[in-house]
Amino acid sequence: MIKLTSPVDDEAVRSLRAGDTVLISGVVYTGRDAAHKRLCDLLANGENLPIDLNHGIIYYVGPTPAKPGRAIGSAGPTSSYRMDPYAEPLLQQGLKVMIGKGSRSPEFKQLLQKYGAVYLSAIGGAAASISECVRKCEVVTYEDLGAEAIHRLEVHNFFAIVTYDSVGNDLFEQGIAKYKKI
Amino acid sequence: MRKIELADVTAKIKDMFIDACECIPENVLNTIKQAAAEEQSPLGREVLGKIVENDLLAADKHLPLCQDTGVAVVMLTIGSEVVFEGDIYQAVNEGVRQAYTQGYLRKSVVRHPLDRVNTKDNTPAIVHIKVVPGDTFRIDVAPKGGGSENMSTVKMLIPADGEAGIKKLVLDTVFNAGGKPCPPVIVGIGIGGNFEKCALLAKEALFREIDDHSSDPIARRLEDELLEEINKLGIGPMGFGGTRTCLAVKVNVYPCHIASLPVAINVQCHAARHKSCTL
Repeated sequence: MIKLTSPVDDEAVRSLRAGDTVLISGVVYTGRDAAHKRLCDLLANGENLPIDLNHGIIYYVGPTPAKPGRAIGSAGPTSSYRMDPYAEPLLQQGLKVMIGKGSRSPEFKQLLQKYGAVYLSAIGGAAASISECVRKCEVVTYEDLGAEAIHRLEVHNFFAIVTYDSVGNDLFEQGIAKYKKI
Repeated sequence: MRKIELADVTAKIKDMFIDACECIPENVLNTIKQAAAEEQSPLGREVLGKIVENDLLAADKHLPLCQDTGVAVVMLTIGSEVVFEGDIYQAVNEGVRQAYTQGYLRKSVVRHPLDRVNTKDNTPAIVHIKVVPGDTFRIDVAPKGGGSENMSTVKMLIPADGEAGIKKLVLDTVFNAGGKPCPPVIVGIGIGGNFEKCALLAKEALFREIDDHSSDPIARRLEDELLEEINKLGIGPMGFGGTRTCLAVKVNVYPCHIASLPVAINVQCHAARHKSCTL
C-alpha cells in the first residue's frame, strides 16, 4: 500500500499506476457539482479561488450532518463524471488528485496526462467506514450549499484505488477486459 | 371502517427512514457476503469485504451507511375500509422532514430542477398510493440514491423486439453504467403497461425482497437468465472488473397495448435500503 500525503509531490503522483492502492493523509477539500460550478465561474471572471488547490486533492463528496462527537457524517464518494466539465480550470490551478467513483470521459483522461494528475476511487457506499479516517472537518466556503459546501478535511489513511493514472492507464478498462465473458 | 391516525403515519415514516439509512436489510447483507465469497477478482473481493465492514459499522454505531440518504420514496397500500382525517401526503412529508432534519440524514432535494435551491428538509417525498380491498394499511419506504437512479432508463420497444430486445437493453444499460451506480447492483425491470406504468413497475420491482422470485413464470425465467448474463459483463464490484456485477434481477410485468413493449430499467446500488411495516 502506497502512502500519499498532501500537499502531494509531483513525482509521487506521476509514479502512481492504475490498480495501486493508496492511503491518503493530510488536507483534502470536498466539492461536488454546485461548488465546482462556483469555482469555475470565479476563474472565468478572472477572480481568485477561496481555496489553494496547488498540489491539492479534491474529494467528490457531500457528507451527511455529523452526529455529536464525530468529526464528520457519513462521507462516501459521489459519481465523478458530473465534474468532468469543470476539471481543466482546476487542473490549471495545480490540482493533482481527484477522488470519486465511476468512469469519466476520454477527454478527462487526456487532461490527466497533460497536467500530470491522477483520478482515484474511494469505495462507493462505504461512507460510514470512510468517516472514521476523517480527523477534522470544517466548512471553508459556500455554506449556503449545505452538504455541497466546500469542506476542508484532515484525513488519516484514507483508502483509495488509483483508477486513471497520469500515463493513460484505466483500471476500469483493464479490469473489465479481464472478466468480460459475453 | 378502520380509523388510522395520521400522526401515527408521520411517526412511523420518520423512524423507518432513519432505520433504513442506518441498517441494511439482513437478506441484502447476506447476499453481499455471498457475492464476496464467490467473487473471482481479488480487488473485487477486497471491495466487497469493505462494503460488508461498512454496513456492519453503520448499524453498530447508528450512522448512515451511505452519505446519499436519497430521495424519500414512499409506497402506501391502503385498504378501502380505512379512513383517516386530513392530508395523507402532508403526513408523509412531515415524517420525512423529521427523519432528515432530526436523524442526521443528508438533504438531497432541490425545490426546482433548474433553479436548484435545496429544500433543506429532503421534502417533498415521492409518494405512490395503491388502494386495495380490506382494512390494511401498509407502508414501504426506500431512500433512493441519485447515483444509481441516474443510470436508469425507459424505452418503448416494439413487440418484434421481444425478449432478445429486452435483454439487449438491460445488458447495454448495466454495461454502460459501469462502476457509476455502485455495483454490485440490483436491477428492477418493468415490462408492459405504458410509458409511465413501466417505470413504476420497475420501481416496485426494487421494493421486492432481494431473495424472492416472481410468481410469473416468464418473469422468473428472465430474472434468472439476466442475473447470469449481467454477471458475465465483467464490470465487478465498483466497476474494477469481476464476476459479481449484480446481486439480483427483479422483473415485474403488466398487460400492454398490442403495438407496444414498454421496458423500464431502474438501477439500485448495493446499499439497497428499504423498510416495510403494517399499521
